[in-house]
Amino acid sequence: MTPEQIIFILTAALIVGTAFLVVTTRNLVHAALWLVATLFGVAILYGLSGAGFLALVQIVIYIGAIAILFIFAVMLTRKEMRDKGAQVNRNWPISAFLALLVFGGLAFILSGWDGFSATASSVPVSGDTLTALGKALVSPDAFVLPFEVASILLLAALVGAVYLAASNKE
Amino acid sequence: MTFWNDPINFIADWLQDVFIGWGASTSVAEVITSLIGIVVMILFAMVIAIALVWVERKVVARFQDRLGPNRIGPFGIFQPFADIVKLVIKEDIIPAGADRVVFNMAPVISLASVILIWAIIPLASNIYGVDINVGVLYLVAVGSFGTLSVIMAGWASNNKYALIGAFRMVATMISYEIPMVVALMIPTIISGTMSVQGITQAQSSVWFAILSPLGFLLFMISAIAELGRSPFDLNEAESEIVAGFHIEYTGMKFGLFYAGELLHAFTFGGFMAVLFFGGYGGFFGLENVAGFTWLSNPFIELIVFLVKAMIGYWIIMWIKYSMPRIRIDHMLAFNWKFLTPLAFVLLMVTALFDKLLAPTQFYVAGMFLSNVVLGWIVIEILRKFSKHERVLQENPAEPVVIQAANHGQGVS
Repeated sequence: MTPEQIIFILTAALIVGTAFLVVTTRNLVHAALWLVATLFGVAILYGLSGAGFLALVQIVIYIGAIAILFIFAVMLTRKEMRDKGAQVNRNWPISAFLALLVFGGLAFILSGWDGFSATASSVPVSGDTLTALGKALVSPDAFVLPFEVASILLLAALVGAVYLAASNKE
Repeated sequence: MTFWNDPINFIADWLQDVFIGWGASTSVAEVITSLIGIVVMILFAMVIAIALVWVERKVVARFQDRLGPNRIGPFGIFQPFADIVKLVIKEDIIPAGADRVVFNMAPVISLASVILIWAIIPLASNIYGVDINVGVLYLVAVGSFGTLSVIMAGWASNNKYALIGAFRMVATMISYEIPMVVALMIPTIISGTMSVQGITQAQSSVWFAILSPLGFLLFMISAIAELGRSPFDLNEAESEIVAGFHIEYTGMKFGLFYAGELLHAFTFGGFMAVLFFGGYGGFFGLENVAGFTWLSNPFIELIVFLVKAMIGYWIIMWIKYSMPRIRIDHMLAFNWKFLTPLAFVLLMVTALFDKLLAPTQFYVAGMFLSNVVLGWIVIEILRKFSKHERVLQENPAEPVVIQAANHGQGVS
């Protein structure tokens, strides 16, 4: 096993384990902290696949902003940090069975596809990938339209948030 | 490649050969050598942190017109070791009702968020951890772990002062991240790369502080805010909330926060040098002149970097011990109504002039003048604004107007 494979296996175990803890832990702030660990694991995976920019953006956006806002919202809105009620209702065996069935079915269908067992072809890294990404985002031949549409969507969300906050004050 | 031209890689290659000679495979030898390199880098940072305890205490003493530590060793230089012994033998207290695991992890993450930055610091042209092509963004990403550690400490301590301190700290850090990111964009635009090595090398003929003095000021202000140092020290305001988020920490756990804060300040001093003052180089082309080629020796570069970082750290300390604390609403208003718009305008001006003037010989003068003109406009607007505020305060005749100016102090 190469060091990359060892890191990948450890990271995958971290992601799955912490993601499981996010939904099972009873303390809400702990759940948010486990979520941070999950998102960090995903960032490691991006880094391993050579997408350094994506890895760092993942950390800045998801850990630096979203997870921290999560924690803030939980801390400011809840008096009791611990959920008292049952975590599952009585339908859990059926849903677990259905989930397993869907997973098994998908795995069975995909195992017939020849791309399932093929080794991934290594991505040719030529020059600065960051420059290529930046150019692709503003090039008319590539992604300028989706990029601008996403910006307008975010701007609309910003204006909406300002409107809501301002109208509350009056 | 000799030891004097490339010391770190020389030792690393030698070590790798030794491990291969002992029967390890090439990849195992590489991994072991990298791990040793990481440990050495962390130790270097921690040794600097120990020295910084002495520097900070001595410099503060000078600013406050007293002597500072002077009993242990010459000029009290062994004072940090006495401090460490004191911290280690203190009782380790975990408050009742604290969230034990989170409480104990917070100082570790706090220090780790600082040490992670050292992975990309270019100490010399061939002494650095890694040279990633998103280095500038890495600085911001690692800062978010610092924010996380503050939240964890404040929440897990089960103490209202700690929680208030954490809220204040996070409000500061999240707000000032925006002008900081924009200020980081300015060296990126001028040099055309996000790698800190690339930014350093792009400054070999002229420092970015000359091309963009306003960008430097923006970065410095937002860095001080990110550090939570005075005038932005309302997170640990001793006179209001005792010590803020680390109020419940004792012994070495407090020591980790303290060492992390000092090292963070020094690291940002280093980044001021790297991003705006040429880092380890920036001799205005002098290193290419015959007779001065020794300037590009890694040992000289290391010393130059450390001296520049120390000057940046000294400026941060100078501001810390000269400025009164800012109130939280002023802090937020200053960020959102002044720094953020200014940062975006500066970003646009820099991008525009960089494209327009890059091929001409007026580049340096043009960039500098555009910054000066922008700074002058900002000062004029501020003067108008403060005059307006002053008039409102001196003639509180119309009650409607007073409400509009309710963030000014002393209006009754």
